[in-house]
Amino acid sequence: MSPSLASEAPLVPRTYLNAPATGLRSWLLTQDHKRIGVMFLVATTASLFVGGLFALLIRIELLTPGPTIMDAMTYNRLFTLHGVVMIFLFMIPAIPSGFGNFLLPIMLGAKDVAFPKLNLLSFYLYVAGAVVALAGMLYGGADTGWTFYTPYSTTTVTKVAPILLGAFILGFSSILTGLNFIVTTHTMRAPGITWDRIPLFVWSIYATSVIQILATPVLGMTLLLVFVEHTFGWGIFDPARGGDPVLFQHFFWFYSHPAVYIMVLPGMAVISEVVCAFSHKNIFGYKAVAYSSLGIAFVGFFTWGHHLFTSGQSPWDSGIFGILSMFVGIFTAIKVFVWTATLYKGSIAFKTPFAYFVGFLFFLVFGGMTGIALATVSLDIHWQDTYFVVAHFHFIMVGGVMMAFLAALHYWFPKITGRMYPEGWGLVGAVLVILGFNFTFIPQFLLGNEGMPRRYFSYPERFWPLNVASTAGASVLAAGLLLILVYTLIALRWGPASGHNPWRSRGYEWESATPPPPENFAETPVFARGPHEYDEAAEPATVRGEPTHVS
Amino acid sequence: MNDLLRRMLFLPEQASDYARRVDHLHFFVIITTMLAATGVFATALFFFVKYRRRSDTDPTPHVKPRLVHEVFFVGVPLSLFLLWFAIGFPQFVELQRPPQGAMDVYVQGKKWMWKFAYPGGPSSLDALRVPVGRPVRLLITSRDVIHSFYVPALRVKQDALPGRYTQTWFTAERPGRYEIFCAEYCGLGHSAMLGELVVMPAAEFDDWVAQQRRGLALAVDAAPVPGDGVRPGSSLTEEGRRIAAEQGCLKCHTLDGTRHIGPTWADLYGKTERLQGGKTVVADEGYLTKSMMDPSADIVAGYQNVMPTFQGKLSPPEIAAIVEFIKSLGSTAVRSGPSEGPVYESIPRK
Repeated sequence: MSPSLASEAPLVPRTYLNAPATGLRSWLLTQDHKRIGVMFLVATTASLFVGGLFALLIRIELLTPGPTIMDAMTYNRLFTLHGVVMIFLFMIPAIPSGFGNFLLPIMLGAKDVAFPKLNLLSFYLYVAGAVVALAGMLYGGADTGWTFYTPYSTTTVTKVAPILLGAFILGFSSILTGLNFIVTTHTMRAPGITWDRIPLFVWSIYATSVIQILATPVLGMTLLLVFVEHTFGWGIFDPARGGDPVLFQHFFWFYSHPAVYIMVLPGMAVISEVVCAFSHKNIFGYKAVAYSSLGIAFVGFFTWGHHLFTSGQSPWDSGIFGILSMFVGIFTAIKVFVWTATLYKGSIAFKTPFAYFVGFLFFLVFGGMTGIALATVSLDIHWQDTYFVVAHFHFIMVGGVMMAFLAALHYWFPKITGRMYPEGWGLVGAVLVILGFNFTFIPQFLLGNEGMPRRYFSYPERFWPLNVASTAGASVLAAGLLLILVYTLIALRWGPASGHNPWRSRGYEWESATPPPPENFAETPVFARGPHEYDEAAEPATVRGEPTHVS
Repeated sequence: MNDLLRRMLFLPEQASDYARRVDHLHFFVIITTMLAATGVFATALFFFVKYRRRSDTDPTPHVKPRLVHEVFFVGVPLSLFLLWFAIGFPQFVELQRPPQGAMDVYVQGKKWMWKFAYPGGPSSLDALRVPVGRPVRLLITSRDVIHSFYVPALRVKQDALPGRYTQTWFTAERPGRYEIFCAEYCGLGHSAMLGELVVMPAAEFDDWVAQQRRGLALAVDAAPVPGDGVRPGSSLTEEGRRIAAEQGCLKCHTLDGTRHIGPTWADLYGKTERLQGGKTVVADEGYLTKSMMDPSADIVAGYQNVMPTFQGKLSPPEIAAIVEFIKSLGSTAVRSGPSEGPVYESIPRK
């Protein structure tokens, strides 16, 4: 793309928002990682609200034990849609492709990612995958659940091919972004950013990227095999055609369990930054946080079998997978302790992003501990495929991602837009979302204890009161999210100017102008201190100097 | 104490000693989780207050962890988690090893019902009868997709896989009736795939088995052609009702005119049905038979193509009996008795 020559007189500072041009075309064809990040943020936020609408419809349907507003087939399609949209269109890309794209190069002192064109391709693959999946759902949509368990998915009368194809395309978007981040982190760090000075945000995004490029191909392969069996009738998973029904579950969870960490690790990335910025403290254990991210990414590959405790796999395997799952818990516990200890002797400002940090901590502790309880094999037998599991993964995954996403949105709102959101409304929104989330899912933990299986269109009446409670909670959550949407949209247009660094954060990303110019830094910065250091007097992180080569 | 905690956590009744022991681990896990979480949050809350920001330029010291912190951060959760595992895993292994001499019951899941068969004895649909105090081994399989056999009161769950057998076992402690759910999503009727575990006093159970065997023997003796399945000495309509119930037809087709997974049978015979694609067809004997043999050929508008074929599963006399039964459900048909009522041993649906 040729740089636009139509630049007006620079009365306003030159930022990525107004340079090189402001037209729609200049956005759609941009190779600027910041603009691509913003486009991802817009697209994933839209997906969040679409997926949330499906969630509300599901909760309304479950208000009464029998049919409420729809029939069983519509319900089955809705929970499939809800899962697919939330996982593939919101939780997996939101933080890495949105905030990660915007921030990772700036945090490394780079002008862009390593492969800007691939980065733009990644966005359009996302759009294409989303369109194919959603169009397929509207036209004879699949009723298989987002897990596509065989042989149900290969024998269902509904159309599963479009949604599989959509997820397949989305996988490539994920792989390209991951590849870009890994190469950028290895090769484009500014002078002074040694491996032990990489911001913790980047460490976690890096760990995420490793999982993305290693695990996503397995999902692609698995989806193709389901497609082949469903469309051409080859026997791969269906025993009636000579296949193995459990093989699919192994393949599927080999991707989809690490995918949980693809979702949660970026959340941890955000939180590590937020906790330092709002307590004005160095992180209590830099290496502990950085290496535990890598630890989660590594061990996460060897825990998939904990989804198969009731599938008839050997008890020996179940034991191994149970123990390995607990190691993920250890790495997570380390992070929880480190974040809490970071507050010690800090200077804590209870702003909206910090409120989301508190929410994140809460969901991570209870979501994590219930995860360990589920890995305690005998307890899982009762809970497997009940609402307890539903509540558990909503706490750890959705709670974690949503808290981190909202924390990031508020913390970097000035960085991205140059404006401030209304702090008072921000805190009200945080309280509504956190309480609403708890009111929605705590009843679901109890429903699981009571024995209600998931994906039930109708249910025995003894499950009624807790279902009503859960639906009531979901409406509070929805109100909170709508409130946030409204005031952020208003603040985008009319919010007061934020100034360069309203949080007085020492994060590297604040070393560039706010909002950043297209090239992030006028000249290559040289970093003279670590990314989360608050002890020295107000010394800038960067010094201008001759760029020296770093490997 | 056990009962109080059980109620607080909304856990169902404990129908076996195993269920009680699993619950004890559950209580231990919950209590330690709450203690640990309280520790973390109390510390965090204390820091929020003590170290709240007083001025934007507050200097903060650079604090570094020491070895003791690292040992604490890793050691405490690790030993706690391993303790949970050390209790939970042996329980799981116990569940995988049925004792010698357990009574076998074959369990077959299919869309959307449970079939239970006793070796050399009776079989039943949706009601699993077992004697109290005797270990029962379930050999579980599926005829179509994956289902999962789940009895919350026993804390026992085992997937039913097509093409292979899995097993689990239990010893029920008290006579009573307990819910059986399907826990693995299996389509339209997933949440209606309910069954009932009926725990009977041992003597009563033995009587029941003996009685069922006698009935079975009589039926076999009296059947004109082996495998015909239609018992003489009963009207064709009544036989049709029995076969429809046993084959699970009534899981999807109602007899009272309400809409369910398939079209209702009430007033079906002779009715003009609108099909997908706009054609119409009169539901006569030919159409009804075709719908059993090749269900996907003519789908009534507004319904899904989900019915399996009964080709080879129903003999011609059985088909005739079902057709006769459907004919008897017309409002103009002369009825010999009430058209509603239990078609097999009734299960109260809660």
